[in-house]
Amino acid sequence: MHYFIGDLGHLFVILSFVASLICAYAYWKAASVAGETKDQWLKNARVAFYAHSAAVLGVVFSLFTIIYKHYFEYHYAYSHSSLHLPGQYMISCFWEGQEGSFLLWIFWQALIGLILIKSQRQWEAPVMVVFGLVQAFLASMILGVVIPFLNIKLGSSPFILLRDAMDDPIFKLQPDFIPKDGSGLNPLLQNYWMVIHPPTLFLGFALTLVPFAFCIAGLWQKKYADWIKPALPWALLGGAILGLGILMGGYWAYETLNFGGYWNWDPVENAVYVPWLVLIASIHTMIIYKNNQTALKSAIILNIAVFVLILYSTFLTRSGILGDASVHSFTDLGLSGQLLIYMLFFTLAAIVLATIRWKEIPTTEKESSIYSREFWIFLGATTLCLMGFQVLLPTSIPVYNRLIEFFGGESNLAPPADQIGFYSKFQLWFGVLVALISGTGQFFWWKRMDKGTLLKELAYPALISLIVFAIIISLARVYEPVYLVVTLAGVYLIVSNLKVLASVTKVNASLSGGALAHIGVGMMLIGVMFSSGYSKVVSLNNTGMLISKDLPTEFNRDNLLLFINEPRTMAGYEIEYLGERVEPRNVNGYVSKNDIDLTMDPFKVVAKKDILFKGRKILNAKDTFEINPENTFYEIELRRNGEVTAILYPRVQINPAMGGFIASPDIKRNVTRDLYTHVSLPMNREEEPEWSEMEEIRTRINQQFFVNDYVAVLEGVTRITQIEGFELSDADVAVQAKIKVTGERDTYYAEPIFLIRDRSQVGRLPSEINDLGVKITLLNIHPDTNEFSLGLNTRQKDWVIIKAMEKPLINVLWLGTGVLMVGFSMAMVRRFKEFTRKAG
Amino acid sequence: MEMKKSHIIAIVVIAACIGIIIVTAGDASTYVTFDQAYQMASTGNKTQIHVVGDLKKDDQGNIVGIEKSADNLSFSFILIDENQKEQKVYYNEPMPPDFTRSEKVVVIGSFQNNAFVANKILLKCPSKYQEEKLNASI
Repeated sequence: MHYFIGDLGHLFVILSFVASLICAYAYWKAASVAGETKDQWLKNARVAFYAHSAAVLGVVFSLFTIIYKHYFEYHYAYSHSSLHLPGQYMISCFWEGQEGSFLLWIFWQALIGLILIKSQRQWEAPVMVVFGLVQAFLASMILGVVIPFLNIKLGSSPFILLRDAMDDPIFKLQPDFIPKDGSGLNPLLQNYWMVIHPPTLFLGFALTLVPFAFCIAGLWQKKYADWIKPALPWALLGGAILGLGILMGGYWAYETLNFGGYWNWDPVENAVYVPWLVLIASIHTMIIYKNNQTALKSAIILNIAVFVLILYSTFLTRSGILGDASVHSFTDLGLSGQLLIYMLFFTLAAIVLATIRWKEIPTTEKESSIYSREFWIFLGATTLCLMGFQVLLPTSIPVYNRLIEFFGGESNLAPPADQIGFYSKFQLWFGVLVALISGTGQFFWWKRMDKGTLLKELAYPALISLIVFAIIISLARVYEPVYLVVTLAGVYLIVSNLKVLASVTKVNASLSGGALAHIGVGMMLIGVMFSSGYSKVVSLNNTGMLISKDLPTEFNRDNLLLFINEPRTMAGYEIEYLGERVEPRNVNGYVSKNDIDLTMDPFKVVAKKDILFKGRKILNAKDTFEINPENTFYEIELRRNGEVTAILYPRVQINPAMGGFIASPDIKRNVTRDLYTHVSLPMNREEEPEWSEMEEIRTRINQQFFVNDYVAVLEGVTRITQIEGFELSDADVAVQAKIKVTGERDTYYAEPIFLIRDRSQVGRLPSEINDLGVKITLLNIHPDTNEFSLGLNTRQKDWVIIKAMEKPLINVLWLGTGVLMVGFSMAMVRRFKEFTRKAG
Repeated sequence: MEMKKSHIIAIVVIAACIGIIIVTAGDASTYVTFDQAYQMASTGNKTQIHVVGDLKKDDQGNIVGIEKSADNLSFSFILIDENQKEQKVYYNEPMPPDFTRSEKVVVIGSFQNNAFVANKILLKCPSKYQEEKLNASI
């Protein structure tokens, strides 16, 4: 038992909690006084924050040590890791659990806090008060301390021992029991996305704290407008990182998690999408203020709203309140009360502060003209907020139920049955609105205009948009009215921003971030519209079969049953299932399950022969290599006009500890469309297959016969001296037949064994050819006639059920994402420079 | 007197919010029992609803009543709702391999004639996070 490291980690957690409280208090003092005392408090506060940051590092180090060294006496290591976990995923274990993800969040905020202390001397004290308080709340989530007398447990510690977390009888008998292996990391999470997605997302979360802290500091210190300048670059950075995190999640869901698409309007996804939209709106209001000193109150409200929404999203996903409503929320760790207090504290504090100061916040009576840029930006920000509101409202349905129940009522409200359809029908129109507004707003970039000049400015872009639009719809054959509108709006947004981009670049290229970001949005809109609106199931199996006699309705079936080596046609392809494969851990490629022998260690197998992959030898015969035994890949070949166009390897993971069956797609990527294929149902190998009754034949060497309609030849019978798993004595006689069976694609050998033990007992070891569904037994030898009796059993051939979808123009979405990110980065660099120039 | 633009925007925003609330309330589904679902369908209400239930089991605790189509592409099962009402549910997808391990099943769909057709099934599997027993080799 390694008690020390856990105790050390726990100590660091407590230290970080206490230090953040001290830090908040000291900065509070520093912000409230002046002169020498202020400097003294500042010094103390900084020391407290440094101590806090060091303690956070200590916690990270302790937890990582426990995972990395496989200390399975700790619950965190046991339930998130295992001995066979490849090294790079050790880091994923770290944040797989809720405690670890809180820790990640705390870590980023500590880092940002350190940067702020160094760079924002003027704002340091009031801003860091907010930081200190937030860090204290977050640290309390992993505190794992029972408050004496009240008997309330505060937080869930990642350092609890397995025996304290689990009520297993073994611990009564053997308190020092340590499991030999952990239960492992969810196989779905064993890919690089789990390594990079959570840190990105939590960095985004952490960054939203910065503009909020500046906003609160501004209200508190009565510097009502000054906070915008230092907050804006951070808000832009937050918008970029959070957006990147969300999109990474979408890409991950698309590529690995097999949710069928990149976005499913699951409450967990919505919970980060809404704050992001409002963050983008808040950035726009801040830009308005910088341009013409209006919209300050909106900027303040939205900055507070973003942070409150982040807290709300944390509450939704971690309190267990989503329950039935989400497929992938965290489980309840008993933190709901604490999370609620965290959320309410900052919500109320911010609202109270803003209310007290409201009258003093400077406003202008002047209204922006319709022909001003600010008017359109404001319109855009408003639309973004409405867009978020539309998502927030239904996502909160489980909360309404709980609230009504809390007040003694009863509510049976459920989320919309067809979530994707429901949200899309709104968001699509909001998207169109955003595109039209931000496209038009761009024409006011340089100067105020009136009706006449506007129409003149609009004429060319409108004309170009229409031409491009006409080309796209005729090429892509878009007829649906809604999609026509979306396409036109997207094209218009791109064209108008290209025009701005062209003129801005001439003057100063560093100002082009905004235009680029908007072009990215336009591309994403078009990409989303095509890939989702025109996504279609191509494995459609329109046999018009009745599901049941009770049901008169005919159903189209979305899945396709493929028997091994039997080609079918699908989506203009000839599609053929070629069998089950495993993936060597250290070599690129796939190996047929027919070509390996298992060993005692499920993670190690031996190659039966030289293994070729794509014509290249990747393994030698008798090579022992490592595999991941829970993964099976289903080789599926796609051909067009007899030529192989793609070989797909959709994956299935069977892992009873993790909920059984997990399928991941494989994607055939083309420039214009993706073909997305996943296994819906594999054969169950645990189940004994139903064999036909044995057919008995007599044959001679080199005489042909048929088995399951395949041509077979008995090539020879030889005496063997050893059989795997049997001890042969001198008195035993064993012979092995070699039967060649010619399949559609391959030649297979069945090698049944006939055994006489102690001159009397007869044993027969049949041999199976999985791919062909054939089992051959050597029944008897007739030396008098030189004949051999063979028993032939057949079964249904191997099969797999797949579903395939086509996603057109999805690459436009990914490309648009990239452009958006570049735009964001350029805007951010510009605003950081602006800030430092003024400050320095 | 001319109305200020900001007022017009405010009115439009409020109208949009009200509109969103009304449509959301209309599109929200409900958790109901099979009897209620049947009533809804028989009055011509085609909306999709959620029913929560358990799979039917025999005395030994084995799940009974699952029927797969010959080609495995669809299946049906018997779900018992909160009121202990048994109902055959049809689902036009292959049976998820972990289906029989689930503790609770949420079906989203509606009655078509006398049969309940699910468009989506949510499985509540015993959570891996709340293991009661160690499954590691001892």
